[in-house]
Amino acid sequence: MGITVSNISKRFGDFVALDDVSLDIQNGSLTALLGPSGSGKSTLLRVIAGLENPDSGEVVISGQNKTGTPPQQRGVGFVFQHYAAFKHMTVEDNVAFGLRIRKRSKDQTREKVHELLELVHLEGFAHRYPSQLSGGQRQRMALARALAIEPEVLLLDEPFGALDASVRKDLRAWLRRLHEDMPVTTVLVTHDQEEAMEVASEIVVMNDGAIEQIGDPTEVYENPATEFVMSFIGPITRLQGAYVRPHDLRIQLEPNGKTSEARVEELLHLGFEVRVHLRLSNDEDIWAQITRDTASQLDLKNGKTVYIVTDRSRSFG
Amino acid sequence: MKSRLALRAVALGYLGFLILLPVGGVFWITFRDGFMPFWESITTPEALNAFYLTVFAAVVAVVANTVFGVAAAIMLVRRRFPGKQLLSALIDLPLAVSPVVVGLALILVYGTYGWFGGWLAEQGILIIFSFPGIILATVFVSLPFVVREVVPVLREVGTEQEQAASTLGASSWQTFWRVTLPSIRPGVTYGIVLTTAKALGEFGAVSVVSGRIIGRTETLTLHVEDRFQAFDLAGAYAASVVLAVLALGTLFAMNLLKPKEEKA
Repeated sequence: MGITVSNISKRFGDFVALDDVSLDIQNGSLTALLGPSGSGKSTLLRVIAGLENPDSGEVVISGQNKTGTPPQQRGVGFVFQHYAAFKHMTVEDNVAFGLRIRKRSKDQTREKVHELLELVHLEGFAHRYPSQLSGGQRQRMALARALAIEPEVLLLDEPFGALDASVRKDLRAWLRRLHEDMPVTTVLVTHDQEEAMEVASEIVVMNDGAIEQIGDPTEVYENPATEFVMSFIGPITRLQGAYVRPHDLRIQLEPNGKTSEARVEELLHLGFEVRVHLRLSNDEDIWAQITRDTASQLDLKNGKTVYIVTDRSRSFG
Repeated sequence: MKSRLALRAVALGYLGFLILLPVGGVFWITFRDGFMPFWESITTPEALNAFYLTVFAAVVAVVANTVFGVAAAIMLVRRRFPGKQLLSALIDLPLAVSPVVVGLALILVYGTYGWFGGWLAEQGILIIFSFPGIILATVFVSLPFVVREVVPVLREVGTEQEQAASTLGASSWQTFWRVTLPSIRPGVTYGIVLTTAKALGEFGAVSVVSGRIIGRTETLTLHVEDRFQAFDLAGAYAASVVLAVLALGTLFAMNLLKPKEEKA
């Protein structure tokens, strides 16, 4: 059940968007496709929806092969980054669109639309036009419209990408709660690792048209499979050729056998966190993330000589 | 402040001398002796025939060019096919070619001694110096407007709404009627206004193909000239007023039809 994608390849001219991608998405899960732009994540989502035809490979949704099926008959709900609201229709008519296409009775449609508008907190906006809504409200309307057809899978293409930072934060939390209440298999495309970690139960990291790693948020953060995953998910810095997370660096005032000598170049106070930029004796630059308390205990000042050590660095062959 | 007033005066003066004064003059001269002379001039059998002919030709031109225009615009914006540049250039041709040339070209093809004209005449179909010729000429000269107005709107609207409709289960026909057409409506509306104006006002091409048989193949513009040549100035001005009112009526009707929500 869920979604199974096998050996999907897709080219646009000379550009390889997807290169032999295979992926299993669990029924009822909330999965994030995470990667930089051009990594193929949106193309993969559009292939699942049937909006893009793969050059080769298969798409199976809920046990049915849907590779050649047009989007109309896939039973997927799709939410676009820029909402794709029907501008000439009211909120109510937007949400009712799929139901009217399916020729549901008037009463049934009205009831369902009412129920969905309540779910996305737009009860009072039924007779407004999309141009009279904020970005966040438009996207909630688009979500209600997609959910109206009771899709087997819900596909979200950078759904919060066009919204303000604060609205985005609210909607992420809201989406997670919504998914808990209504566990439709959901796939979310994002380039924001924080968004993926916050919302999804499973993260698929993509790069250059291929999958780099699949795992839950902790796993991709703690045990990155490749250099790319390590550098894309969370901050990194380099210590003697190996990658290390800046918060895994310890700063001490006395040397021991494993420490490297460094000079404090700059201190940035970011509230709870203090960012320390250091220069090693071999002239390499490195930075560490420590707490405010640690910084004051060490009495760090520009130009001070300190010793750094870590027991969590990684090298990739 | 002063320069802004000067600018306004120049703009208004320009419009005043070019448009308001001549058009206003026509209205003034027509109704100088009251309504009855005007009414008598426009209810002669010749004037009525010209009126019906003009309106009918305009309606046919609007319907034909709206259907063709929307279809051609979708082809030009959404499809890739060989000869697309050629199609685009052909659509602009009626704007570039003088209407008189259009009329002569139609005679060349459909005239009694033209390529198809002889054969059509044997079937009993007369195109040149007859009603179908007038329709053909009118449709031809007013062809580009809907296409040219719809293409930029279609481009701006993009394909996302249509894709959304397809994931919601709408067939391409349903998507066209429920999503595409409503969203390009402003372009279609303005294209129709321009098409109507061109169809009502066409003189050159129609003049060549109609044969100008008074009371039969005369449109309103031809009737105006005919009255003018016959020193019947009152008749010429009265018919001109009818033309102007038809055009104004179209503009007004289209404004009424404009939906209220399209602000964003």
